[in-house]
This record gives sequence, C-alpha cells and structure tokens, in this order.
Amino acid sequence: MTSKYTITLFTGISIGVLALGAVSLLLFALNISPITVVQVMSAGSASNWMRISHVLSIWIPLLLCASGLLLTFRAGLWNIGVEGQVVMGAIFATATLRLLDGQAEPALVLAIAMAAGLLGGGLWGMLAGILRNQCGVHEIFGGLGLNFVAQGIILYLIFGSWKRAGMASMSGTELFGRDLWLSVPTGWRVPPISLTIAITAFILTALLLAITRFGLRLKAVGQNREAARLFGIRPDLVSLLGMMLGGGLAGLAGCLQVTGVYHRLIPSISSGYGYLGLLIVMLAGYRAVPVPFIALFFAALTAGSIQLPIVMQVDSSLSGVIQGAFVLSALLVHGLNQRKKQRDKQKNKQQGAGN
Amino acid sequence: MDVSIPVLAAGIAATSAPLIFAALGEALTEKGGVINLSLDGTILLSAMTGFAAASATGSVWPGFAAAAATGMAVALVLSVIGIWLGQSQVAVGFALTFLCRDLAYFLGTSYSRTPGPQQLAAPVPLLSKLPLVGPIFFNHSLIVYASFLLIPLLWYFMYHTRQGLILRSVGENPEGCWARGIRPRLTQTIYTLAGGALVGIGGAAFSLAIKPGWGRPQGCEGIGWIALALVIFGGWHPLRVALGAYIFGLLQISGILLQDIFPTLPSQIFQVAPFPLMIFTLVIIHFSRNRQDRWFSRLMALLSGSPPRALGRSHQQE
Amino acid sequence: MIELRDIHKYFGSVKALQGVSLKVEAGSIHGVVGENGAGKSTLMKVLTGYIARTSGSLLFSGKEVEIQTPRDGTSLGIGMLYQEPLDFLQLSVLDNFMAGAADFQRKKMKKKLLALANRFGFTLHPDSPLYWLTVGERQQLELLRLIHANIRVLILDEPTTGISGEQQDLLFGALRSLKEEGCAIILVSHKLAEIEALCDRLTILRRGKTVAEQEQPFDRNSVLTAMFGEFSDQPPPDQNSTVITAGKKKKLVSFHEVCSSTGRSGLDAVSTDLYEGEVVGLAGLDGSGQSVFLKICADLLPHTGSVERFNHQHSTSSDQGDKQAVFLPADRLSEGLIASLSIREHLLLADNTPLFMLPATGREEAQQAIETYNILGQPGTAAGDLSGGNQQRLLLSLIPAKARLILMENPTRGLDVRSGNWTWHHLREQLPEDGAIIFASPDLEEIMEQASRVIVFFDGRIILDRPVDETDLDEISRAITGQVNSECQIEK
Repeated sequence: MTSKYTITLFTGISIGVLALGAVSLLLFALNISPITVVQVMSAGSASNWMRISHVLSIWIPLLLCASGLLLTFRAGLWNIGVEGQVVMGAIFATATLRLLDGQAEPALVLAIAMAAGLLGGGLWGMLAGILRNQCGVHEIFGGLGLNFVAQGIILYLIFGSWKRAGMASMSGTELFGRDLWLSVPTGWRVPPISLTIAITAFILTALLLAITRFGLRLKAVGQNREAARLFGIRPDLVSLLGMMLGGGLAGLAGCLQVTGVYHRLIPSISSGYGYLGLLIVMLAGYRAVPVPFIALFFAALTAGSIQLPIVMQVDSSLSGVIQGAFVLSALLVHGLNQRKKQRDKQKNKQQGAGN
Repeated sequence: MDVSIPVLAAGIAATSAPLIFAALGEALTEKGGVINLSLDGTILLSAMTGFAAASATGSVWPGFAAAAATGMAVALVLSVIGIWLGQSQVAVGFALTFLCRDLAYFLGTSYSRTPGPQQLAAPVPLLSKLPLVGPIFFNHSLIVYASFLLIPLLWYFMYHTRQGLILRSVGENPEGCWARGIRPRLTQTIYTLAGGALVGIGGAAFSLAIKPGWGRPQGCEGIGWIALALVIFGGWHPLRVALGAYIFGLLQISGILLQDIFPTLPSQIFQVAPFPLMIFTLVIIHFSRNRQDRWFSRLMALLSGSPPRALGRSHQQE
Repeated sequence: MIELRDIHKYFGSVKALQGVSLKVEAGSIHGVVGENGAGKSTLMKVLTGYIARTSGSLLFSGKEVEIQTPRDGTSLGIGMLYQEPLDFLQLSVLDNFMAGAADFQRKKMKKKLLALANRFGFTLHPDSPLYWLTVGERQQLELLRLIHANIRVLILDEPTTGISGEQQDLLFGALRSLKEEGCAIILVSHKLAEIEALCDRLTILRRGKTVAEQEQPFDRNSVLTAMFGEFSDQPPPDQNSTVITAGKKKKLVSFHEVCSSTGRSGLDAVSTDLYEGEVVGLAGLDGSGQSVFLKICADLLPHTGSVERFNHQHSTSSDQGDKQAVFLPADRLSEGLIASLSIREHLLLADNTPLFMLPATGREEAQQAIETYNILGQPGTAAGDLSGGNQQRLLLSLIPAKARLILMENPTRGLDVRSGNWTWHHLREQLPEDGAIIFASPDLEEIMEQASRVIVFFDGRIILDRPVDETDLDEISRAITGQVNSECQIEK
C-alpha cells in the first residue's frame, strides 16, 4: 500500500514540476518573472477572505461540472456537450424565475428554479445521449452541435423575448428582484447554500460511483458495452441515465451562476467552466477523490489571473496555459508510467499462461 | 442585396479555403488512424504565429511557414503522447485544444489589432477574364488557388501512390503493416505532422488572407470543430470532405444573406446555424443506412464512408 | 536453409522460450507441435522478427543473420501466414496484394495476381473489397502475396482453422508445389493428421523447450506423450453422460422462419427446435450463420420470424434479466468480460446485484468461486490481468446456477487439452436436467466428442441436422462446404 501511495505522490510531483517548469521557461523567454506571476496570482486568489470566497464562487460550478463529468466519463462518454448543459440549466432557471416571480415564496421559487436547472441540463444531456445511441452521432459531435444550439438559444432570448426594456445588449437580461438572489453574508462573495449544494452533489456522485449498483453498471457499460449486455445490463439505458445525471449537475451549475452570481442571464453564462471541468477530470485520472482539490487549484488560477493584466500587463489567459500544461504533463507522465506498467503486466500474463 | 451567382460562388471558394486546408489535413491524419482533436486550438495558434511572423518580416510567406511549423509542433506533441506513449488521442487532442487557444491569446496580445501584411487577390492573367469561370476560379489570392490544387493532389496521393496505400493500410490495421515490414508508428507520425502542417496553413489562411489580422476573438474560433465534423461528413474521402467544406461555405454566406432578410435576429445565431445542420446531416446519413430503399441507400453509401478501422488506437509493439 | 540455435525469449522474468533449436532444410516441410503455451507462436514470431528475441542466433543458408524487426525478416525472404490474417478489411483485394510491395503498377500487379491465383487454382477478384472474402480466401491472398515477394521460408500458424475442406486441399496442393520449388516451409499445427499428411520432419515443443524431433513416419503415441507429458491425471472423457430418451423431449427453444441480415451470411428462414437435455454442436464455415443463430438464441440480435424460448413468445430483452439463458462469446476479453472490473465485481454483476455494495460485499462469494473454478487470481484481480484459461474459467463461474440454456462460441478456443476437458466436464455437471448446451466450434472432433446432435450451417441456412451417432466426420465436412447427399436432406 505504501509503495502505491509513494508512486502516486511521485507521479503528482513530477506532473507539477513538468508543467510549472514548462510555463516558467515560456515566461523567462518572454522576459516575465515567474516569481512575480506567482506572487500576483496568489495574492489575487488568497490574500483575504473576499478573494478566497471569489475563488470558491468559481470552485462551485467547476465542482458541479466535474461531478457530472465523472459520471459520463465512467460511462465511457466524452461529454463535450457539458457547456451547452450549463447554458440550458441557466436558461431553464431564468425562465422559472421570470414565470414564478411574485407567485410564491421566494425560497420556494428558488428551489423550483434549481429543479428546473437540473431538468434543463439533464434534458440537454439526454439529447446528446439519444443522438449517440439512436442516431449514430458521436457524442463529441452531438455535444458540440448542441453547445452551438444552446448558444443560439441564449442569444436569441437575450436579444429577443427576454431583452432589457428599451435595448438589447450583450450585458444580459434585466436583474432579478433582490428577493430572488441567493443570500450572501456580508463580506462574502459566495452564497453558502451554493457551496452546500456543490459539496453535497460531489459527495453523492462519488458515493454513487463507488458503492451502488448503478455505479458498477455504469463502469461496466463504459468499459465494454457488448459484454455489459451479456450481464443483463441495457447499455443504452444506463449510459443515457449517466448523460442525464451528468447534464443535470452541469445544469445545476448554470442555475447557481444565474441565481447566486450574476442574478441575470448573460450570453457567456457558462464562462467555459464546462470545458475546464473536462480538463479537471482528465487531470484527476477520471477518479473522484482528487477532483475537488484540482478544481480548487484551477479556480484559484482563474481567479488569480484576473490581477495579471492590471498589475503586470500580462494577459489573463496565462491561467488557461497553466491549466492546459498541467493536463498535458499528466498525460505525458501517465503515458510513461503506463509504458512501464504494461511491461510488468505482460510479465505477469506470461507467468499465468505458462502455468 | 443583389447577388450574382459568380460573386456568390467566388465568395464560397474564398471563405472555404482555410477550411479546405484544415479539413484535408485532418483527413490525411485520420486516414492513418490518428485522430487530432486539437484543430480548433491549432488553427488559432497558427493564425497567431503566422500573423506575428508575417508582421515581423513584412512578408506573408514566412507567416505561412511559421504557421505550418506551429501546426507540426502541436501534431508532434500529439504524436509523442498519443502514438508513442499510447495515451488516449482524444484526451491529448482535447487538452491541446485549450492549451493552444489560451497560448494564442497569451502570446498574441502584443499583435492584437495591429496592421500587418496580407495576401491580396492575384487574378490569373487571361483566365480571369473568362466569363463566369473567370471570376469564380481565377480571381483570388494565392492561398485560394493552393486550396484548389490541394484537393486533387491529396486524392491522387491517397488512392494512386504507393505511399498513399501504405497510409491507408496503417489506418486499417497497424499490426498487419508491422508484419509486412512497414513501421506503423513512424508512418502515423509522418502523416500526423503533415496533416498538422496543413491545418497550420489553414490557420494562417485566416489571419493573412480571409479574415486578416489578429485579435481576441480572431473570428476563426469554432472552425476547427467544423473541420473535424467535415472529415466524418466526407467519409474520410478527400473529394467529399472538400465538397463538405464548400457546402459549409455556402451555409455561411447564406447566413449573411439571411441576416439582411431578418434584421431583428442577432448575427450570432446565423454563425451557429451550420453546426446543427451538419449534425442533422450525420443523423440522416445514419438512418438512411438502414433503409431498404435500393437507390436511396446506394446514394447514401456514396455519401458516407467507413472510418479507418484503427482510428484512435495506437499500435503497441510487442 | 534456416536454422535457429538456442533461442531464448524472456518477457520480463518469464521465460517463454528457453533454448529452442530448429533446423529446416530447403525443399522440406517441417512441423512444429506443442500444447498451448509451449512457445510455438512465440518462436515463429521471433523467426519473422515480429518480436525480438532475448538471445540465440539465427542462421540463414549457413550465415548468421540479424532479425530484429519484420523488415529484416521480409528482406531475407521470410514470410508468415498468421492465424488471424493480418490484412486490411476495407481495402480491395488488389490493394491488399500490393500494400508494402515495392512495385506499384496497378495493371501489372493485377495481371500478376490473377496469374498466380490461376496457378494455384484460387478464385480471387482483384477489385472486390476484402470484407467480402471468407477467411480461407483471405489466407489464399496472403499466400499469393508472400509468393510474389519471393518468399524462401514460409511459416504457417494453424492454417486450416476456419477454412473449408476444399480450401484446405488447395492450400496443401500449393504447399507441396512450393516445396518442390525449394521453399522451406514450417507448419505450426495442433492437428496431427495434417502434420502426418504434409511434413517431412517434426519438432515438438513443451514449455519453451525442444523435447523431441521425429522424421517421417511419425509415431503418434510418442508424439502425444512428448507434447502433453503424462496422461494419467487427465479426467476420463465423460461421453454419453447425457443420454437423451427420445420420448420425453420437451422443447426449449423453437425457431420458426427466422431471418437476420447481420453477420457475413445472416440467417435465411431458419426453423428448428432445440430440446431439453440436448448438447447441440453447430458446425459450418466461419460466418455461415452459427454465430448469428447463437446470438438470436440469446436474444442479442434483432431478427424477423418467431423465436419461442422457454415456452414464452416474447422478444423483449426483459428476460435477459432472469438469467435463464447465458451466452459465452468466442472473444472472451473483448466480448464477454470487462477488462478493468475485478473477479468480485464480475460475480456481483452476474447475478442479484445488490443496490448498494461495500468493498467487502461479495468478497467471500468471489473467494469461493475462485476455489471452485480453480481461477488463478484474487477477488480483486482485474479480468484483463488473467490469462486466457483463467478468463474462460471466470466466464464459466459467471453462469448462474439456474441457467437452462448455455450458448457458447468456441468454448475451448485457446485452451489446451486438459483445460478443455475440464471445461466440458464442468459444463455437463452443472447443467440442470431440463437445460441444454448449444455451442459452435470450428473443431469437428470436439463436436463429435461432446455433442449429442449436430447442426451444420451453410450460407445462413441449416444444411444438415442429425444426432451425432447417425452421422460421421466425412458427412459433416462435406455439409460444411455445401455438399449434401440427396438421401440425407434436411429433415423437417
């Protein structure tokens, strides 16, 4: 056990060294001091509670999207449609808020909006699943197409039926009434209820994968659809359910962005967090346990980089470069490890056959 | 707005040129059994490096060279991790997509909205004066002519040369090639790099000719995904992939025309329209495969192809 | 001509070959036999360069040569017909013939291909896609390609698996004529009859070592002893343990005019009944409909016509859940097992999966199954890490006790004689009295030994259907190639 633990630790360290080393080299080449960058970014993400809570507000959608993606990856699917699922969750939540505003207790309206967000994302996920299972469109392309469609719908709504009185603009719809905002304590930038929801959703997902029949079936389907059929599993149904649940969690993220962060619908409501979620789960090696930590790290990078253009005239897309470098280094290190492991495995196999 | 057919056709030929390079480059890569998913990022990064190199030297040619080199560099990363180390090519490609995109924005800030050289139309003497054909085919920038030439060249290479046959064989069954004394992973690497170079040229075709200049956004965001879809749509056959690219160009242009008809709709909606249509086509092709209808299914068999059997699976030597 | 001296091949610490020597003269056919895992295929792959050897030397025409990759092998004129043809299904016959060849002139190559095919009596259409061809025809094409490449050493690995009797005759004819021309031929086979018919010399491998060599005429008994060692611990063949009494037959599965378009030939209006207590062997060329028939029995494929199972007529897959029918596919790891799932997880999935499960759930049952089925592994071992024989035993352990209909493709493929016998012994013991085993096998001897009834498929139709003791190998092999005597036409 200890040796396995040491190997994991060693892998983690080598990924970090490789990624940060590569980015530092790039910065040196551009005559930018990596140390100053680290200082600015860590100050931008952790110098006070306000900033930490800003990091947490990014962590919430990332954790939700990544949880959803854990499910779809386990089913062996590349749910690139996650962005569209976030958007549809946001749209469904906004529609609910607009429809029920003043009709019921604000708390109840918000609760219904959450359910609607789940439903919106889930439906969008289901659509990608149906396109894959019944229409033979690979989930990568179905998902991408649906992302574009969701983008079209949100633009149409913001510039069309839900446009602000007088003028339509990229800045989004009218703000909701204060009573429909998720409450934020003074000095915080993140609603505690959002945090609770995201953490609960992650724990439930991890348990679902680890100890339930559905989790085991999802894994079987993801590994080998044909063999799963022989075990009496219906692969289409199981993977569709995985897509719906995964999409639902992404939709929930969209809903929390609307009710807890922007308090309106904006064109870029997903902020690319869905795609970032994909990178997080890949970096986690498709396992649940590292996901919240990596999500927190990525959130801190994203939040910290906002200071870069202001303080150092360096573009904030540096955070994306670092995140990408991490995932690529992870793939490289895993590749090298696997090469070694495969040789050992071959050894064992031959031993088994030899007997 | 008044549009004549030749103007429309010329417009399609020009706007589709970068897509032709990108989609055919990807077709070349995938024919050898490697999937390079990083297109969207690669196009953006090479558009940036192409523009930067052209600005620095004041000439477009170093720009195209730099862009091709960029595309090859990205393809090299994919080759090392995806082919030689056997990691999921989809995962590597996806990570590269976002790394390249952000790298392009990060490195390109200083070139943002700056003037730079661009390739202008170079009408072919005499031929461009021909009625109808002249304006459609012979009044373009050089890169557009190159895109015309690339289509038959690639088709000839794939189906009528010895190396082309080796390429197709590797995409079908790398183990079989290994047994015949062909080095599958080397072959795959070569064509992944070659495909990457074409994709890179496609990126520079944007920033140096079709949508000149660099900025955030550049305007070619999303094109990479469309190129990937076109390869499937075209059934991995260069001629059909090119046809798909021109159909997409038509959709794009008609989007602009439709916008004049429906001025109330935001322009972004027309930009996203072609993608759902592409998916719709994929669905139709899928369903028509199971149709009993003779001529219809035969027609569809012509329109759709089977993927290389080893696509995305790397060969591991024993 | 070619000589291997003291070849060793280690995979890590595993010694697959430990000092094998082999000498093959030009103009002779040399047989290599041995049980599963004896190292035959490894040795051949070393010879072609498909895998690199650890130590030992190779001599070609008396000179020491270096063969590290197939490139080296091909340039010396060493070629191999692999057991599973290593060709390109979506390319045309001509493209397959030309791939990798130095010459690239279509017209010239087409003429050469046709001329060669003509010479050996093969019928190949250069322009048809390869997926239209049978395994036997693909093998013929590979052979022609090697001959065209001026092969001087030809290696064949189990060449008669999955090909028709007629194709076998053509192949043997071609081999004899190549031998006349001075080619050195190495034939790896487990069929002694073949070896006896063709080979001049014979080398027997056992556990990575050369244990015996013989010249024609071979002594069958001493060959068998050399291959398998002592026979004493082998369980007695339990034939006749299922005796069907014709009067009490009850229908288990009934096919009526069933058609399907999947597979190479699909199924063409097949009607038949399968009864309780039967062991039915399905024979036929690869892809003649046996596999489709089995999968329709298991309710895994769409079809037209009616299939009645267990006296219920329904085509929903809900009865997959009641686990009365199980299907064991030929390709175990890619079709039947889930590589990264552990033995415990497989058993949990197979039957009565609990809604929630902790790491300890099912561990004891898994341990029990491991002991009963003699699987070399732990409850937590992933299926992908097991060896072929252990994977087969794991599949067997997954058959629920209440299964009444056991459907299998090549149940003993890749198993040595002992594991094969164990498998059959176990299957018969477990089968309830009102159950039945239906299996497809390319090995006619296995069908004759184990089945009580044989059904031969040809081109998607049943061409012969009779009790095993009313037919013989000759009739079955002729039926497989589509020849049926008028008197023994299909009984209704």
